[in-house]
Amino acid sequence: MKGKVHGYGGKMTLGERLYLGEIFRGLGITIRHVIRNLLHTGDMPTVQYPEERRAYSPRFRGRHRLMKREDGTPRCVACMMCSTACPADCIHIVAEEHPDPAIEKAPASFEIDLLRCVYCGLCEEACPCDAIRMDTGIYDMAADSRAKFYVDKEFLLNNTTDGTR
Amino acid sequence: MDLVLTTFLKMAFMLAVILGLVPVLIWAERKGSAYIQDRTGPNRAGIAGIRLAGLIHPIADVLKLLFKEDVRPAGVHRVMYALAPFLVFFIALLTYAVIPFGDYLEVGGRRIPLVVADLDVGILYVLAIASLGTYGIVMGGWASNNKYTFLGAVRSTSQMISYEISMGLALMGLLLVSESLRLTDVVAGQGQLLWGFLPRWGVVIQPLGAILFMTAAFAETNRNPFDLPEGESELVSGYHLEYSSMKFALFFMAEYTNLVVASALIATLYFGGWNIPWLPRAVIEARAGGLLSLLLAAHVAICALAAALFLRRASRERGRFGDGRDREPGLMAGVSILLGLAGLAALALRPWEIGPAGASLLATVLQVGAFVGKVVFFCWFFIWVRWTLPRFRYDQLMHLGWKVMLPLALANLVVTAVVVALV
Repeated sequence: MKGKVHGYGGKMTLGERLYLGEIFRGLGITIRHVIRNLLHTGDMPTVQYPEERRAYSPRFRGRHRLMKREDGTPRCVACMMCSTACPADCIHIVAEEHPDPAIEKAPASFEIDLLRCVYCGLCEEACPCDAIRMDTGIYDMAADSRAKFYVDKEFLLNNTTDGTR
Repeated sequence: MDLVLTTFLKMAFMLAVILGLVPVLIWAERKGSAYIQDRTGPNRAGIAGIRLAGLIHPIADVLKLLFKEDVRPAGVHRVMYALAPFLVFFIALLTYAVIPFGDYLEVGGRRIPLVVADLDVGILYVLAIASLGTYGIVMGGWASNNKYTFLGAVRSTSQMISYEISMGLALMGLLLVSESLRLTDVVAGQGQLLWGFLPRWGVVIQPLGAILFMTAAFAETNRNPFDLPEGESELVSGYHLEYSSMKFALFFMAEYTNLVVASALIATLYFGGWNIPWLPRAVIEARAGGLLSLLLAAHVAICALAAALFLRRASRERGRFGDGRDREPGLMAGVSILLGLAGLAALALRPWEIGPAGASLLATVLQVGAFVGKVVFFCWFFIWVRWTLPRFRYDQLMHLGWKVMLPLALANLVVTAVVVALV
């Protein structure tokens, strides 16, 4: 850092108290920024958002997805662990019997209110069979009504990790 | 009849310049502040991918404001609330009447002075209208029935009173030197040279007065660092907080109109108005042919540079967006090349002969161009200062106005008076 730094109670010199010279020094600094940015438009740190995106960590918690078994049915056994752990109370599950007697239960409906969700990830940690994950990396969600943020089982099953949905 | 027609044409020209500058200034404010802060600024709105570095944004803004709901809060004074934005905008436009934007225009042997109203008391008129501007702000702030708008209005008034005095006293120094209240005389006096080499501009013979006047002009237009009437951090947005839709837009436009007025005043009073330094009218008319060639050559050079820059961008950013925006650099390069070729053709073929009438016209155009150029520079200066300096605290504002600027303006007046009396 260049220049003198004044702490609290520091005396300003006469030149600084005259104010005018310092104004022109400040104007010099700002015009230098303008000229540099005009000549090197590409060097600006701005990310042109919809076209360019910042890379997020793989641990970033985005929109939820429901995992599938090999036969395509949801891995979820409707144990209610996630909806119990959820601090925002945004997961609503209705359980039903699974046709396979080896599996106890399955979700008849699995709904998440994405507007209530706080993206804390406690549902992922609570899940005993790794059925719910938040690794889609989707963070830009928009809709024209609240109802569209109340997503159902089909929606969650079709979310994928590559961010296409 | 002729007088009425020419006056209307001059008014139309002034209005076109001012109202045309407003959207450009809004763009310059956004883009300039962005570049000062290392951001890219507006670059999204476009027509079929043509974005002109964000110049389409003002159009989008105006469309948005036109179609917005005009909300009127409960408990407002209906008449004053509706009247305030119109008053502010109207008064902002009034000052232009006395500002000379050129020497004269020769049409058919008649000389038309390029000023709408050449008042004997031009400077007094300017001061009177400048202080009227605060009435609209006070009306808007009071009629809105809101504490914040009211505080903004009160601040605006006290600021206006404090800085009006220094402004008037600074102007009186200039008055002693120019020996006339008529703005055309003030400008004409600045066309001479001081000691044979310095342009006799107001800023050269009244440097302190120029600084005081510019500072006061910043305060009168409510621009940073004196924008306490709108102080976002404490008054939300000040006097126009309760306004929406086109009423808000009028306040917004009035702010930029005031900015152009202040710039025009600074240019007229202290920076030679339409005078081009070291290039008086007689010289322009004598060497009109050579000057025109020089101008055309400069035009061709600028077009070539622009074309080269656009072509470089076009090759660098090929297919960057994958839509109409990719075509923009190439299109701009094409336009620059066409303009440059047109200039080159005019330069090489010389399809016309410059007679005395043409020389006179060229001189007028150059002088009006010099005036507009100075105004644009000072508009940018306003924006530049806004994004450099922090806002004053209220006690600092009053301290500067009463304890610093007032004594300095008085001292300037006394010294000028003594010097004028002795010389």
